[in-house]
Amino acid sequence: MIAHKTIFIRIPVFGFVFLLPFIIGIISAGIGYLRIPPEEVAKSVFKLIHNAISYSGEELTVTDIVLFQIRLPRIILAGIVGCSLAVCGAVLQSIFRNPLVEPYILGISSGAAFGAALAIGLGLFSGSVQLLAFFFGMISVFLAYSMAKSGSEVPVVNLVLAGVIVSALFTALTSLIKFFVDPHQLAGIVYWIMGSFSHASWSNLALITPPILLCLILITAMSWRLNVLSLSDEEAKALGVNVNRERFVFLCLSTFMTACAVSISGIIGWVGLLIPHIVRLSFGSDNRIVIPVSASLGASFMILADDIARSAFSFELPISVLTTILGAPAFMFLVRRRARRVWL
Amino acid sequence: MALRVEGLRFSYGKRLILDGAELELREEEILTLLGPNGCGKTTLLKCINRILKPEDGAVFIDGRNYFDMSEREIAMSLGYVPQEHRPPFPYTVLDFVLLGRSPHLGMFSHPSEKDKRIAMESLKTVGIEKLAKRAYTELSGGERQLVLIARALATNAKILLLDEPTSHLDFRNSHRILSLIRRIVREKRLSAIITLHDPNLACMYSDRIAIVSRGRIIRIGKPDEVMDERILMEVYGINVRILRVDGFNYIFAEVSE
Repeated sequence: MIAHKTIFIRIPVFGFVFLLPFIIGIISAGIGYLRIPPEEVAKSVFKLIHNAISYSGEELTVTDIVLFQIRLPRIILAGIVGCSLAVCGAVLQSIFRNPLVEPYILGISSGAAFGAALAIGLGLFSGSVQLLAFFFGMISVFLAYSMAKSGSEVPVVNLVLAGVIVSALFTALTSLIKFFVDPHQLAGIVYWIMGSFSHASWSNLALITPPILLCLILITAMSWRLNVLSLSDEEAKALGVNVNRERFVFLCLSTFMTACAVSISGIIGWVGLLIPHIVRLSFGSDNRIVIPVSASLGASFMILADDIARSAFSFELPISVLTTILGAPAFMFLVRRRARRVWL
Repeated sequence: MALRVEGLRFSYGKRLILDGAELELREEEILTLLGPNGCGKTTLLKCINRILKPEDGAVFIDGRNYFDMSEREIAMSLGYVPQEHRPPFPYTVLDFVLLGRSPHLGMFSHPSEKDKRIAMESLKTVGIEKLAKRAYTELSGGERQLVLIARALATNAKILLLDEPTSHLDFRNSHRILSLIRRIVREKRLSAIITLHDPNLACMYSDRIAIVSRGRIIRIGKPDEVMDERILMEVYGINVRILRVDGFNYIFAEVSE
């Protein structure tokens, strides 16, 4: 049953949920070849912040440098990407009125993969992979949207179909590039598509964090509206909602977020589907709660998955493989447990 | 007069559905649209609150042309009750009724305590405040229909539009829901347009009946004045007999095969 406790129980629960990614982040920063206990991590982070604010050149230890140069940007990136994908999934599921929709439904992943493949294949300047991945990710959504539009209406069925078409087109084009490039570049493309946080750096973060946070804030502010949009177009219109305009706003914000995330991390599956489901099953369907909690749990899940990806073996596992291996059984478990109820 | 419909025309592609429908809804009355499948009564209802945009004609709400009104203003004047169905997400009943407040709220606002109170009152009016915390998707068809009525009441609209409120209900629930609608309309001094399939239900619960045929209103008036065998035969294309028992008209179909 959906948890509807009194507000006295809910506040501590939500407090914990929102602190979770930070707690996991600090513990995760200690995990790796060089083990660092959480209190050292915290001390080190304060030292770095202090240095940055007061320009005082307090001496940095090896621990500080490992944290600052490698682990922190990577953990923050994982958190931000997980948060974007989970929120995007939750938003799109509502506006498509289908709990099985994932962030890539409008072809954003295929577009981004094509952009990345193009940049790798042509061997363009550094940063071009991210740039083209972002660019073609947005192009694919734009194409799908304009294809779906008939008059002033943008029916959901059209959108799904257009997404399938655009995805197929860009996947074919990506295959074409894979076919022509040399094996070394081919490996690069394949690795990019499997997703990784190894490109994490402060400069990358500085590029994607502000727009993603802005989108997140706007989506959270409008989250109640998603409840109305998850009704049929007719009902939403009868309730005074300009359905096509509001749906467009949500589509723009959520796909922009995802395009930013995907451009740095590559394509990471399952998070956008799994996290909103878990949230709905445990906290109910009201999007005023689903959106912020998805953001928090998406970030936590991704940081944990990346911990395993980078430290479980002597080599790095592709993150998308891990999210699926972790996510699929979890999802299965949830479905089995709820099998007797209609839970979708 | 609460609402006036003037010369509405609407077509899906090349198929003309509404061909100049005209009617007037008086204050505090229940007007039923009656007619066979495909006659255009549901389309007419959807054109009345501009879910569908008519190609020609207009609707006047309290004397104002609704093309001069925003979607939100229309939603505040006309509470729409769609046919009962199961949505994909299991919102609680209270959250679902709260959606009726959306015409009063901007894109960035969340419902306040006052909105919540109005939603609870609407639930009380239809008598299901006990279900407030239940998941909407787990209710029976009759209960879901009540929730939809509560949601329309939560908009504070003075006019209700109900699209076949009895379509998924059994004999008992059909009568319960229609008498509830009648009670609410009387108590809150609202007006309502209802589409119905069953001529007997229409006779029992409406102040006036409008018979819809091929996209036009061919007759409108009190049940006694409107219902006669000849016109029902013409509209439905079968033999119809009307029996008068204890002051009530009972309408029978005479099926030959």
